[in-house]
Amino acid sequence: MIEEKDVEHIAMLADIGITKEELPEFTGQFNEILDYFDILDEVEETGAWEQELANIFREDEIVPSLPRDEVLANTREAEDGFFRAPRVM
Amino acid sequence: MTSVTFSPDDRYNAFITTLSEAETGPGRLSDIPVAVKDNISTRGIPTTCASRILTGYIPPYDAHVVTLLKREGAAIVGKTNMDEFGMGTTTENSAFGPTLNPADPTRVPGGSSGGSAAAVAAGMVRMAIGTDTGGSIRCPAAFCGIVGLKPTYGRVSRYGLIAYANSLEQIGPMARNVEDVSLLMEVLTVHDTRDSTTIACPYRHTPDPTIRGLKIGVPEEFFGEGVDPRVASVVWEAITRLEAQGAEIVTCRMPSMAFALAAYYVTCTSEASSNLARFDGVRYGPQADTRRTWHESFQDRRREGFGTEVRRRIMLGTFALSSGYYGKYYAKAQAARQQVRNDFLRLFRTVDVIAGPTMPTVAFRLGEKTDPLSMYLSDILTVPANLAGVPAISVPCGTSEGLPVGLQVMGQWFRDEKVIDVAAACEQGVSV
Repeated sequence: MIEEKDVEHIAMLADIGITKEELPEFTGQFNEILDYFDILDEVEETGAWEQELANIFREDEIVPSLPRDEVLANTREAEDGFFRAPRVM
Repeated sequence: MTSVTFSPDDRYNAFITTLSEAETGPGRLSDIPVAVKDNISTRGIPTTCASRILTGYIPPYDAHVVTLLKREGAAIVGKTNMDEFGMGTTTENSAFGPTLNPADPTRVPGGSSGGSAAAVAAGMVRMAIGTDTGGSIRCPAAFCGIVGLKPTYGRVSRYGLIAYANSLEQIGPMARNVEDVSLLMEVLTVHDTRDSTTIACPYRHTPDPTIRGLKIGVPEEFFGEGVDPRVASVVWEAITRLEAQGAEIVTCRMPSMAFALAAYYVTCTSEASSNLARFDGVRYGPQADTRRTWHESFQDRRREGFGTEVRRRIMLGTFALSSGYYGKYYAKAQAARQQVRNDFLRLFRTVDVIAGPTMPTVAFRLGEKTDPLSMYLSDILTVPANLAGVPAISVPCGTSEGLPVGLQVMGQWFRDEKVIDVAAACEQGVSV
């Protein structure tokens, strides 16, 4: 069983934003879904993933990247060729 | 360069964006209108994933598949509606409203590629591109009565697909008949080094409906609890027709089906929780308030920008990966995934393909499924192919209550050609 405070904690970890009013419904649904996931307890570990494919390597060649102005075209908060982000502290 | 004019009557809300003039050129898809699901990047054309969090986003580059379509002269006429980020089975989880099923507009078209399926089924386009993470091409193909293929994992580049669950999803073709799905598959399978999970395995094939001597495995679990007996009976009739065409039917078991759905939802939500962390309101979409702190600002944007189902899945995945629960959920899901793969390996030692219904029921009524778990459970027959990475197609095989029913055919890794052939045989048996 998980409780509303657990859901609040998960929402914080995920930076998802949640209101107090939303907690009861999410909590109920999570418990129902996690109950269903309990069937995984019956799964026996079968060892390592059987692997018959081989890695394919390539040379690490420099190719052009996207032009800076095109990359910045989707933000309103560009400054001196950089993205402007919220403050960390 | 010439252009194709496109001014559809979009009564089913199949499109998020349409282009009234779409460029076309020489090639195998010259002059053919093609619709592209709106989670696939198109340079200069808004790409939303049906989410408010990508409002205003215009990709500065094309997905590999879009480059390939253009190279063959296809006219990309629009971007289709979907469940937000591919998370859903009905196309009701869209910030742009639900798509309706052309076969019965009171019903859902299935999801998450519901817009692509509806656009094809309604005759608005000849072909469409969808994506399939846990059935998102095959489910709407079945519900709308068209053909849809999820290729073998690694056969079509995902470069430019906005990721939801990388280890499960593939881009694939949707059309009204097997021949067009096959043609589109030829176009889509050009190797791309920008997706390191692809290998060079071009598809060059003409559908061959001759199936004499082919062994078709039919797992009991695909006709088990939760499968509507009327749908099961339509699918059995189709399988019986394949037998009459010379195939040998072998009943078999897939015990891993008991865990497959749980394994799928733990895996896809875990991957989603990581993939969707990039939507922070800094580089695209509704902008973060740079005067507030990092976490406050992100939480505001993500609460407002993501729909409820997306938030639910991000939180479930975050939980499944969190300290103390990783072993119970994620690690166990990967062990279950290995068992699904082992079941396919074992069955393919004796059969060529595996067949059953695509969906346990016909299309739901709009608004019928409100509880998340019951919605998830409807994916039970499609998720095994994604967990194992095998190719799987849905082809119309009849109707129940006047609504389309799809036959699902799953094949061996990198033998997409074989599932196409069996679908072609099925198509011959259904009067068109």
